[in-house]
Amino acid sequence: MSRRTGANCAIWLALLTVPLWLPLIGGYSALASRVLVYALGAMALNLLLGFTGCMSFGEAAYFGLGGYGTGLALTYLTDSSVAAVIAGTILGGSGACIFGLLVMRRRGIYFAMVTVAIGQIFYFVAERWNTLTGGEDGLSSFSRQPVHLGFATVPLTSAGPFYYFVLFFFAIGAAILAFVLHSPLGHTFVAIRENRRRAQFLGVHVERYVWASFAIAGFIAGLAGALNALQNNFISPANLFWVESGNLVIMAVLGGMRSFWGPLVGAIIFVGIQDYVSSYFPNNWETFIGALFIGAVIFFPNGILGIIRQRTKTA
Amino acid sequence: MELLLFDGFNGLIQGAFYALMALGLSLIISLNSVINFAHGGFMVIGAYLAFSLAPYIGFWGALLAGPILAGVLGIIVERVLVRYMYSRPDPVYSLLLTFGLALIIEDTVRSIWGAQGVPFTIPAALGSPLSSTYFFLTGYRLFVIVAITLATAALFAFLRLSSFGIRIRAGILDLEMVSALGVNVYLLRSVNFAIGTLLAGFAGVLAAGVLQLVPTMGNDVIMATFVAIVVGGLGSLFGSVLGGLLIGLAAGLTSAFYPVASDVVIYIIMALVLIVRPRGLLGQEGLFE
Repeated sequence: MSRRTGANCAIWLALLTVPLWLPLIGGYSALASRVLVYALGAMALNLLLGFTGCMSFGEAAYFGLGGYGTGLALTYLTDSSVAAVIAGTILGGSGACIFGLLVMRRRGIYFAMVTVAIGQIFYFVAERWNTLTGGEDGLSSFSRQPVHLGFATVPLTSAGPFYYFVLFFFAIGAAILAFVLHSPLGHTFVAIRENRRRAQFLGVHVERYVWASFAIAGFIAGLAGALNALQNNFISPANLFWVESGNLVIMAVLGGMRSFWGPLVGAIIFVGIQDYVSSYFPNNWETFIGALFIGAVIFFPNGILGIIRQRTKTA
Repeated sequence: MELLLFDGFNGLIQGAFYALMALGLSLIISLNSVINFAHGGFMVIGAYLAFSLAPYIGFWGALLAGPILAGVLGIIVERVLVRYMYSRPDPVYSLLLTFGLALIIEDTVRSIWGAQGVPFTIPAALGSPLSSTYFFLTGYRLFVIVAITLATAALFAFLRLSSFGIRIRAGILDLEMVSALGVNVYLLRSVNFAIGTLLAGFAGVLAAGVLQLVPTMGNDVIMATFVAIVVGGLGSLFGSVLGGLLIGLAAGLTSAFYPVASDVVIYIIMALVLIVRPRGLLGQEGLFE
């Protein structure tokens, strides 16, 4: 067994047994679900950020869109949690497919500015469309529904079963991302990151691939957002705001942009710190998060996994 | 008709603020290669410092002191933090750095001055309406327009006529070459960053007299500033001014006809510009496209 398969097995084993060991270190299942939700969002973003080399700063738009899709589907259309998650995923992904057309030709700083500004469209629409989205107060007219497996019905109201519900979709999302990255498509993304101009010379339609990357990231981010809405039984415009985008970016960078599991590590750290700090310093936790951003950028530009990888290579 | 003029004039003022903010941010993006997410934060700091100083040194003193202090803070931030980002071509790092800075500034302002808005008193001479039919046309609003026009003109004169300004413009085109010619580019970038934050502080003090001072006022402005720059075209300072005025006016006029959409309209304009003319109204072809 290679080191990589070993690491993968260890990660999945740890994730599967979370309810067993997490309470021992002071955590709780809802916190673990939140970590998975944000990890999936950050991993989706990282397809763009770390593997395609496109600085997307507006991923919260598709994350939040997924949440609204799920919330609205449960309110008006269906009473199945799974169908609602799928609806959210499709809504988030469709948004990315459409707006990806606007951003696919941009590069670097421009890409970042345009993605973040486009993200704000959804924010203001959600905030102003009171009759549909509940406006500033958000949408709380839905709650997670039990899942019917045919032989049994699993209630999702308590945190334990819901964690496995999230883990199931997290696994699907992660598998899709891994599949994409190991396919020729994924290799093309990396080629664009490494040398966009050369890829162009080789006949790669860079814009189409950037669009594809943006769209795939949008679908997965929508999936994460859908789970987030179920996790909180609530969705508000704050989930679409650019601060949320920044949170996803910092998770990816903190864990390591160049590695597949980096965003998961980043999400563990970010959500953990946020949970800890906001309960002890409720008034000033933003300063801690801001300091975390600055510290991470200056001291850990390659992320935690980047450092570990460097160490093991030189050793 | 008066209502339309009222909304149009409001939009113009709004646009003037966006233009001033976009001008400073555009300078910083072009020469420092940093998207300054904290630009709105500097605006808020300038405004609040002016608010605190005004009782001691008067409105006019505060109008000068607020921006200058924002500029000084800009130099400190550039020297202590931002300069580490110059060697990293990936914009994600500088974005995250200034993003974290913006969070800290907002939190600090809230801790010091409180989350509730505070009123900023302007001289009585400027506060009264100039005519009874056009009640919205107060002396202060007119003064804001004049002050922003003067500041913009002064900046362009500085960039065109002074040798330092010419170096800044040369640095925007080719920093490596300017450096090779013996210009201290570290100083150039520091001063340029400070000019940008100074303009933000100036916008903040002026805005404080029109709107209420709240810690989050920077958040609302920074996105509009981004849009102004994208609409005007990255790399063109005139474009930033034009973009700012345009989206401000559009937002103002939209609130006359369809108030619900007044926040969204600037993003729709941006999307349209990106479709029809991807480089922005006055942007250079090929730059960041």
